Amino acid sequence: MAVASNKPAAQPAAVRRASVEPAPQVPEFSQEQELHAYRQMLRIRRFEEKAGQLYGMGLIGGFCHLYIGQEAVVIGMQMAIKPGDEVITGYRDHGHMLACGMDPKGVMAELTGRRGGYSKGKGGSMHMFSVEKGFFGGHGIVGAQVPLGTGLAFANKYRGNDNVSLTYLGDGAANQGQVYESFNMAKLWKLPVIYIIENNQYGMGTSIARASATVNLSQRGRSFDIPGEQIDGMDVRAVKAAGDKAVKWCRDGNGPIILEMLTYRYRGHSMSDPAKYRSKEEVDKVRTEHDPIEQVRSRLLKRGFANEDSLKKIDAEVRAIINEAAEFASSDAEPDPAELWSNVYAE
Amino acid sequence: MPIEVLMPALSPTMEKGNLAKWHKKEGDTVKSGDVIAEIETDKATMEVEAVDEGTLGKILVPEGTNDVAVNTPIAMILGEGEDAAALTDGGAGARQQKAPARPPAKAEQPGMQVEPAPAPAAPQVSAPRQLQAPPEPDLPAGTEMVTMTVREALRDAMAEEMRRDKSVFVIGEEVAEYQGAYKVTQGLLQEFGAARVIDTPITEHAMTGLGVGAAFAGLKPIVEFMTFNFAMQAMDQLINSAAKTRYMSGGQMKVSAVFRGPNGPAARVAAQHSQDYTSWYSHIPGLKVIAPYSASDAKGLLKSAIRDPNPVVFLENEILYGQSFPVPKLDDYLVPIGKAKIARPGSDVTIVAWSMGMSYALKAADELAKDNISAEVIDLRTLKPMDAESIIESVKKTNRVITVEEGWRQSGVGAEIAAIVTEGAFDWLDAPVTRVTGKDVPMPYAANLEKLALPSVADVVAAAKAVCYR
Repeated sequence: MAVASNKPAAQPAAVRRASVEPAPQVPEFSQEQELHAYRQMLRIRRFEEKAGQLYGMGLIGGFCHLYIGQEAVVIGMQMAIKPGDEVITGYRDHGHMLACGMDPKGVMAELTGRRGGYSKGKGGSMHMFSVEKGFFGGHGIVGAQVPLGTGLAFANKYRGNDNVSLTYLGDGAANQGQVYESFNMAKLWKLPVIYIIENNQYGMGTSIARASATVNLSQRGRSFDIPGEQIDGMDVRAVKAAGDKAVKWCRDGNGPIILEMLTYRYRGHSMSDPAKYRSKEEVDKVRTEHDPIEQVRSRLLKRGFANEDSLKKIDAEVRAIINEAAEFASSDAEPDPAELWSNVYAE
Repeated sequence: MPIEVLMPALSPTMEKGNLAKWHKKEGDTVKSGDVIAEIETDKATMEVEAVDEGTLGKILVPEGTNDVAVNTPIAMILGEGEDAAALTDGGAGARQQKAPARPPAKAEQPGMQVEPAPAPAAPQVSAPRQLQAPPEPDLPAGTEMVTMTVREALRDAMAEEMRRDKSVFVIGEEVAEYQGAYKVTQGLLQEFGAARVIDTPITEHAMTGLGVGAAFAGLKPIVEFMTFNFAMQAMDQLINSAAKTRYMSGGQMKVSAVFRGPNGPAARVAAQHSQDYTSWYSHIPGLKVIAPYSASDAKGLLKSAIRDPNPVVFLENEILYGQSFPVPKLDDYLVPIGKAKIARPGSDVTIVAWSMGMSYALKAADELAKDNISAEVIDLRTLKPMDAESIIESVKKTNRVITVEEGWRQSGVGAEIAAIVTEGAFDWLDAPVTRVTGKDVPMPYAANLEKLALPSVADVVAAAKAVCYR
């Protein structure tokens, strides 16, 4: 585990922006959109909290990277795309799967390594796929999903369809060489790919300021003439608006675009990370002032789209779904020993 | 004293070429740097420049002559004050101009690794010129055979599969406009267009990942590595993304892709461009690994590889590209993956080889026959999955086995075969399994050292005699 430096942690960009600049105008959501976003983000939050709990109970093993705090990014982007578009990401991937519409039972059962998991228990937290739902993984090597996602975009162009590849990466992956090799080919061939950099301020235990020579990651495509924009990734409306623009840009044949989502993870890098590289105050400040779910919740109430009772009802429904998933994932059988040898090759 | 202009070697493996055109005629004045002739190989057309100044005294090889061996005198240049009378001694005692050659300006490439400035009269490694054609089993009676090079066979395999299936495409460095660094993709751009024959930047890591991603989406990429030496840049994508994803997805994902290019020692390019990766890839569950020797296997196996729903590493050999073999003239010639073939039946000792190792093995078998040792040569063709059964069957007949590979000895394929034989035919062995391998050193550049680092026919003969206690 990385050791904290004595330097104060960089102030999270989400905080920085909010305190220094006036909040940019973002289009309001309809009641339906607000409620959808609330429910979807809450599902991820509760799922991840439950996963953390099951990890603590020893039911989930290995690495487990939670998405808590970043929910607005995948939900906002998912609201901007259509069936047929592809989603691919790194290892902090549970939120993406749920956003794509994958069954929480199958995802949780994969986390516990059971036969009902999406990969029959052979992939685990970092390696799940659903071609049916347009989710192409779940990749454990930092940055490796970037050329893969670029290849998905290549296939769209090759086939002449108008699908777009949503290729997610973190601020840590943004320093990997293959990312720039991919940028080059994507721009050269005008591939329909949105590179979504989820900048949660820390690559494992190293703050972006300590890892990156330039910290405005939206400009990392400048050498390739790929446009990029920094987005408040804690505001699902801002994410959706940026996603709409980016998706149109790609569908119109303009090639790749970069969206840097300024976001924050509340938990450590993985379950075994005590997160001593940042202060409790830093985390608390984001939680209380910028939480993506609380933002929607307060708008719902303020705008009269919901009341405490109707929100409680949603909370209860979401908890029931997650509890059912946890129950399934704890009681489902382990894979048949014969599965050891299956799926190495396709017939 | 007249100066001889010699037929230049344009690449490390060139042995002969065609004299396409003379730009100067006898009696013309030539200055250093003047283009005096054009020569063609199966890979490229190159211009020959004069190095010395003088008068083109005599053209020794007329234009239109084919198959002129490297280092053959092609012309004589007379120095100042010399006249044609100086040529009457037939050039005896003439100084030699080792003519440099350069690609014509339109195809000029900046410092790519495969075509270094031509070494003047590069000494060749012991690349066999005439190869024995192993018999082709399992062909319909009366099948017509046509002679073609391994290079042409590979090209035809790709073209046939691209005609058959629109999801097949070729991607790599110099595969399109340049027609392939080794001319394996020659003509594909013209037939299939730039949407299906795609030049990439020099970007092995991401180009491989991009190919795997396209395969995730259901396309069938053929990713060409200019050589497998450069695929080390892409190792993570080959293994972590291509080989493992099917398993990690519980069988949901498919990576139907071929990663192909020349593998193994080339000639005089030193350690970073001369390495055999067979054992590396054959270690990886989820990959299939093929390394053909003959043109017919190259064709039939590449077609099978393109159709295979798995990631296939297809290891070619630069030195074999230009070699000719009979290839069955069939509309759809497929060779099954995972099946070895008995290239030469025998009874006293089994020699297991593949790819370039086969040329040592077959020549050694000829030598051994002179000493009344009957060697059975097995061409593995596929390294993974390995046809252990064919090896064991043969050993049960001959009771002795040696392996031949250009790769390094430690943890090489020969070590694996030794284990297979020990486990599967221990009681039949009359001698220890013996490996003939490349030496465990980075490939040296100097011609004599390079030769020492590689296995030789003599090594194979000696090993076979040793296990026969002769």
